[in-house]
Amino acid sequence: MELLSMGGYGAYVWTAYALTFGVVLLCVAQGRRRHRRVFSDLRTRFRSAVERGK
Amino acid sequence: MWTFLHKLSSPPHFYDLAARMIPWLAGSALLLITYGTIAGLFFAPPDYQQGDSFRIIYVHVPAAYLSMMAYAVLAVSAGIGLIWRIKLAHAVAAGAAPLGAWFTFLALVTGSIWGRPMWGTWWEWGDPRLTSELILLFLYFGYMALRAAIDDTAKADRASAVLALAGAVNLPIIHFSVEWWSSLHQGPTLIREGGPAIAAEMLWPLLAMILGFSLLFGALLLARVRTEVLIRERRAKWVRKLVYPEETA
Repeated sequence: MELLSMGGYGAYVWTAYALTFGVVLLCVAQGRRRHRRVFSDLRTRFRSAVERGK
Repeated sequence: MWTFLHKLSSPPHFYDLAARMIPWLAGSALLLITYGTIAGLFFAPPDYQQGDSFRIIYVHVPAAYLSMMAYAVLAVSAGIGLIWRIKLAHAVAAGAAPLGAWFTFLALVTGSIWGRPMWGTWWEWGDPRLTSELILLFLYFGYMALRAAIDDTAKADRASAVLALAGAVNLPIIHFSVEWWSSLHQGPTLIREGGPAIAAEMLWPLLAMILGFSLLFGALLLARVRTEVLIRERRAKWVRKLVYPEETA
């Protein structure tokens, strides 16, 4: 319990850490999602181009 | 050396090399950040003035450092792209912007959370360090908005690069703001005359966090630049082969 209270600054310390790691995870997820979306968009585009006989 | 650089700037080669580097960067970042977080939160002694609130330093300083480092990467890449017309350099600049904006946001917010118990205020308008860091956030927003507003990639590259270079004057202002003007913000701890002013048990986790977050930034940046390269090279044969291999098979 004493570890969590951080000498009375627990709320500040833990919020700062939670936000930091939250944003880092968000950055990872955002990057991955965007890459996947771009990849599949291009794939769809090439496939439909091939199907149209180009 | 030149052939290496030339090869590196070839998009398909970069695309593969980056994919191979990302796990190493991310892995070592994870190790360093795990050590730094545990040592910083639980093993470093409390500060004699600030008590346990000083532990925010282990996330605040890496975030603040990267907010500026990302801008330096952005501005230098934009400059290289502008002068030598290297498309990959513009892709790096474009990839660095959202990451830099996030780290700037973190630096501002974690600083604010630290400032509340130490200075008695979340925010102080007109404080030079706080204001120049806020301007950095707006520079990132401006850079991204400008890119988004121009459809033609080559034009967006050039226009945003000029903005990025102009905004680079803010970097020394942020760094020296605590020395040039009086600020609530404490003076430099690490990069100062006479070496770091911090005990070793406090210093090692901090260095680990700074290095760890830098490696993490490297991994995130490479990942974003790969996406950027894919978009920019969408008409190239290698991209077509990569995303739609059945066609040639």
